[in-house]
Amino acid sequence: MTEEIIIAGFGGQGVLSMGKILAYSGIMQDQEVSWMPSYGPEMRGGTANVTVILSNDRISSPYLKVFDTAIILNQQSMDKFEHSVKPGGYLIYDPNGIIQHPTRTDIHVFSIEGSKIAAEMGNKKIFNMVILGGFLKVKPIVKLDNVIDGLKKSLSERYHHLIPKNEEALHKGIKSIIPFKINNKVFS
Amino acid sequence: MSELKLMKGNEALAEGAIRAGVDAYFGYPITPQSEVIEYLMRERPEERTGMVVLQAESEIAAINMVYGAASTGKRAMTSSSSPGISLKLEGISYLAGAELPAVIVNVVRGGPGLGTIQPSQADYFQSVKGGGHGDYKLYVLAPASVQEMSDFVEDAFDIAFKYRAPVLILSDGLIGQMMEKVVLKDQQERRTDKEVIESCGDWATTGRTNRERNIITSLDLQSEKMEARVHRLMKKYEQMEKEDLRYEKINCDDAEYLIVAYGSSARIAQKAIELAREKGIKAGLLRPITLFPFPKQELFDLADQVKGILSVELSTGQMVEDVRLSVEHKVPVEHFGRTGGIIHTPEEILEALEQKIINNGRIRHHKTRESSIL
Amino acid sequence: MDVLDIIKPENRVFCKSKLMTDTALSYCPGCGHGTAHNLAMEVIDEMGIVEDTIGVAPVGCSVLAYDFMNIDMTQAAHGRAPAVATAIARTWPDKYVFTYQGDGDLAAIGSAETLHTCNRGENIVIIFVNNGIYGMTGGQMAPTTIPGMRTSTSPYGREIETMGSPLKMTELIANLPGVYYVTRQAVHTHKHARKAKKAIKKAFENTRLKKGLSFVEIVSNCNSGWKMNPIESNEWMVENMFPYFPLGDIKVNGKLK
Repeated sequence: MTEEIIIAGFGGQGVLSMGKILAYSGIMQDQEVSWMPSYGPEMRGGTANVTVILSNDRISSPYLKVFDTAIILNQQSMDKFEHSVKPGGYLIYDPNGIIQHPTRTDIHVFSIEGSKIAAEMGNKKIFNMVILGGFLKVKPIVKLDNVIDGLKKSLSERYHHLIPKNEEALHKGIKSIIPFKINNKVFS
Repeated sequence: MSELKLMKGNEALAEGAIRAGVDAYFGYPITPQSEVIEYLMRERPEERTGMVVLQAESEIAAINMVYGAASTGKRAMTSSSSPGISLKLEGISYLAGAELPAVIVNVVRGGPGLGTIQPSQADYFQSVKGGGHGDYKLYVLAPASVQEMSDFVEDAFDIAFKYRAPVLILSDGLIGQMMEKVVLKDQQERRTDKEVIESCGDWATTGRTNRERNIITSLDLQSEKMEARVHRLMKKYEQMEKEDLRYEKINCDDAEYLIVAYGSSARIAQKAIELAREKGIKAGLLRPITLFPFPKQELFDLADQVKGILSVELSTGQMVEDVRLSVEHKVPVEHFGRTGGIIHTPEEILEALEQKIINNGRIRHHKTRESSIL
Repeated sequence: MDVLDIIKPENRVFCKSKLMTDTALSYCPGCGHGTAHNLAMEVIDEMGIVEDTIGVAPVGCSVLAYDFMNIDMTQAAHGRAPAVATAIARTWPDKYVFTYQGDGDLAAIGSAETLHTCNRGENIVIIFVNNGIYGMTGGQMAPTTIPGMRTSTSPYGREIETMGSPLKMTELIANLPGVYYVTRQAVHTHKHARKAKKAIKKAFENTRLKKGLSFVEIVSNCNSGWKMNPIESNEWMVENMFPYFPLGDIKVNGKLK
């Protein structure tokens, strides 16, 4: 099994840490993992993206052009990565702030109201966990227990009291993700 | 105890240094390698092993601090990124001339000039063709994974002390910034001062006891002596070529086409080979792990087996010169690589292999031959 | 008394330190470097610390200091001796580490290393021989060349407007909190040499007590570079250099005088 994922959004949305938790979850189940961020000034406030690969075999390229799954969290990333999903692959996105919704019909598209749910839960920081929950519902590549273990590994101990909240967010995400119906009609 | 962790390449290198029992690290911040000194400062290695960590006032000061500690037999290292390595080259030349063991790490970014902070492999010439002044070479190790970032520190010091010569770890922004699973080695005991004096006492400046004084210098004003010194260095480099060449072959057994790539490009090229094989193209990868010594003989031999070779690196074509020299015109050799901080994709590499080698390369090669006959 | 009488041990007032080698000095006759070398070696010998002393030689006339000082020595790149010494002192905290540098080395190309090593208060001794000129390369202008002084790169005299004022590195670094002891000495007479030796000894004592950085400037002559005979050069130094670089302690026990 090899799963090649791009997670892309704004800096501050927890894109990189979501990738890190996913990578740690892979380690928890004895997989090979790689986490390759875009780095530099673009991380500070602008767009941020990270390529995460989980595999049962040695990982070749940590840097990719096409992906099994794209998790897209803002319009710029939609513009950049919608066409990077392999045919038959998955696109998961948060419609919040999206003007141009996905149009591809050769991939599976799901939407999840991550920002809205996080706001309802009263903690914007758990946004990325809601999204991760949604992703895992669609693509259960790592066990939920391993995600929790991965969280424990990637969070320093003084934040461990936040783990139940994160777990709750994961479950909200699992429940909230829905298939998105492509409406390709140019004139409605 | 060995430990499994998810780490950035730069952090794994820093942790590898602590665990390898390194005595001192001197550095100066520069993107994309600042995590090395940040990690070391955070980890308090002076408490863990007694390792000295100091943020120098410049890259120049840092490399000369390495020179100072190395001259006393201590295991000292520094790290930087391309523009900073340019500044260190004077010191690196001195280390080579004075025959001092030390480790320098370059987490390469795009150049020339201030360039870009994104990954690049355009410092190949600087690393293997001298860089600094004078007749010298560096033993150059090119890690291609976070695991190797961690492991190569100890390997580099082993070579440095075997030959009393500076060793360069040539990484890049991609390997430095990415995270992978890494198995950290057991903590090596740092040598005591007494052990340093015992093992390096015949050359290191540790204080003159009941022996002749030790002098560390790269200066020989008498030309005959200087020539002898240079020849002594050349002997070391010959021995490195015989005893310490490292490379890796992937899918080469039945390969009709060969890609040569090191470091991050080797990882991306490996994926390109997977894609090629899915299309029925029998491609293989030769990955030099040491850039000096370079796997000349292996390339020369592989040239009898394959129809063409693509040299891939994040530059406009530097290593390709060594590939061509090794192959001695037996088969066409072409270069492919993005530069300026752009990372080539596996698809781009495959396309280049098809266009430059499988299709055009052969044809153009024969045409050139014909026209030269005409 | 003829020469043979003078060199009899019982008549000797000054002699070569046991820690000086028998190699003939490469310095011009009349140059102060030989005396300065000898004083440093006498101090190390008298303190009985040769086994724990590591010297760092510069680039310049004293690049070959290791040929004359019979101690373990590392020769540094131009200006970088303080960085080299920093690392030695940090990795061997119980050793005595000193640099021996000229004005071009310490105050021009190595100004950053000098300033930052002093500012960190490294536990080392810096011996700074200031003769206001680049001797080894043939008498070019140094950062400490005094106004109006002719050198091969200031052939009409140092002009302040275009070449800047002489850099008083010693006064500059004395203001840094990490610096414990700063003094300016000379070695052109017995009296001055004795005082300079006391200063060097105090500096090494400070290292022993781990007090931080000690900085001993020695204003010296360069008769070849100045194009004078040795006696003239010493007189010229007293008349012209000393007013600009006054002798005496500048900072003692961490306190400015």
